Amino acid sequence: MSDDHHDCCDHHGHHHELVIENVSVSYRRVLALENISLATSCGNRVALIGPNGAGKSTLLKAIAGLVPRETGSILWRGTTVKKWSREFAYLPQREDVDWSFPITVRGLVEMGRYPQTGWWRKFSTTDSLAVDKALESLGLLDLQDRQIRELSGGQQQRAFLARSLAQEAHVLLLDEPFTGLDRNASQLLGELLNKLAHEGRLIIASHHDLNSVPQLFDEVLVLATRSVAFGPVAEILNDDLIHKTFNERAIPK
Amino acid sequence: MDFDLLHNLFYQRALATAGFIGFANGFFSGFVVLRRNALSVSALSHTMLPGIALGIFLTGSLSQWNAFFGALFAALLVGLGSVAVARGNRVEQGTALAVLYTAAFAGGIALLPKIGTRQELEHWLFGDIIAVGNTDIWIAFGIGTLILLVTNLLMRPILLTLFEPHVAAAQGVPVRFIQYLIFTLLVLALVSSLQAVGCVLSVGLLVTPAATVSLLTDRTSALFWGGGLIGGIGSIVAVLLSGSFGIAPGPAIVIVLGLLFIAAYLFSPKYGLLAPHHRSRINEKSK
Repeated sequence: MSDDHHDCCDHHGHHHELVIENVSVSYRRVLALENISLATSCGNRVALIGPNGAGKSTLLKAIAGLVPRETGSILWRGTTVKKWSREFAYLPQREDVDWSFPITVRGLVEMGRYPQTGWWRKFSTTDSLAVDKALESLGLLDLQDRQIRELSGGQQQRAFLARSLAQEAHVLLLDEPFTGLDRNASQLLGELLNKLAHEGRLIIASHHDLNSVPQLFDEVLVLATRSVAFGPVAEILNDDLIHKTFNERAIPK
Repeated sequence: MDFDLLHNLFYQRALATAGFIGFANGFFSGFVVLRRNALSVSALSHTMLPGIALGIFLTGSLSQWNAFFGALFAALLVGLGSVAVARGNRVEQGTALAVLYTAAFAGGIALLPKIGTRQELEHWLFGDIIAVGNTDIWIAFGIGTLILLVTNLLMRPILLTLFEPHVAAAQGVPVRFIQYLIFTLLVLALVSSLQAVGCVLSVGLLVTPAATVSLLTDRTSALFWGGGLIGGIGSIVAVLLSGSFGIAPGPAIVIVLGLLFIAAYLFSPKYGLLAPHHRSRINEKSK
């Protein structure tokens, strides 16, 4: 663990801890996740790695409340999260988004305020300010009137990140955020996630490129339906373990 | 244009009905375009024919009410049935809809020879807005108001559901309820336009206005209000013009809306085929 993340918790004056205990998920009686447990805190960037079908997306969705958990509990800042917490934001995989939906960047970010405004309350100045701030901090003010398909891959990721900032989310759950980004955009996104973690957020992202894990993340959970290993990247990520988890030739070198 | 006509009570009623149905259905067309289910709207509208036939068959006569409830019943059965079947994840909704609506249509065709009111059924197929009665007006106004009220009150959960159903569900939006609700409102919108344009042409009113707007802007709210304006004004203009061109008002409405769509397709400043940016935009995307 880096020193930075302790700084972050001092900065808040609290320890914002996420404790996941024995979470299991099944799709139509097929076990997708079995007894996953982990404990981490804000300021960290956690990578979920594992072979295809290991349950990376499922774990993100289970934390976000998008798929029902069969067993287990999720504790955030000492409180049990039953189904969904406003402080959790889920960022879908790129191919799961309907990019041709007629919505502007600003409209998308405004959706992040819906949990606060509820179904009927009008947008207040606070809401508009939160949207402005989110757009500004991600450098999207100039692009706010663009339809979401008219953005580059990196800008699209930032638009969804802006929505989670407008939502005032603390835990960002990203499904393969680096997939499909070119080198430059990947680097920018990496720096951005680093900055967001420094500001006290907890980043959890599924990731498939093992080589970039050490630069981009602080902690790593190796998944293969069960939890294979969890801990600081430097301690966990060794050739032996990778070989065991991805037991075919599928080790990207 | 024949100005004496404007003093004619039937004509005034026709204009008011056209404007109102055009607005309410144009507003709702925003959801049809967002859901990308124009084809299922077409399927549903065809389902109304066997529904009407069934209504007449069961009650022995053709009246506003039994046709209305027959159409509503058949469309709800097929529409909600297809949503329910698709929930099983095994059969896609479009597939389920095609199966159910062709089966219902076949049932309607089988019933047709047994009821002997084919002449009047023509009128339900293509509508006759000049002949609107008071009941039709009230049905249209009632349904239109209901659609506008419900969709405006539930705009945020509906948009969330359409854009990201899983995220919406996680946030506590009753996604299943919203999906059934949209379908129910869609069927009601179809029924309300029966008198004006008939069940076959009603698809035009429920798809074209927002499709036109989607070529002109990226703002989600504009799809609804813009669709309503295009639907309402387009319908009134069409009824006014229909006399001069000697065509029936129902088809005139759908033709005018279709022409507006083609105009937007060609000349839209942003997405039009002839727009100056069109070429460069395509190049930009292929990069």
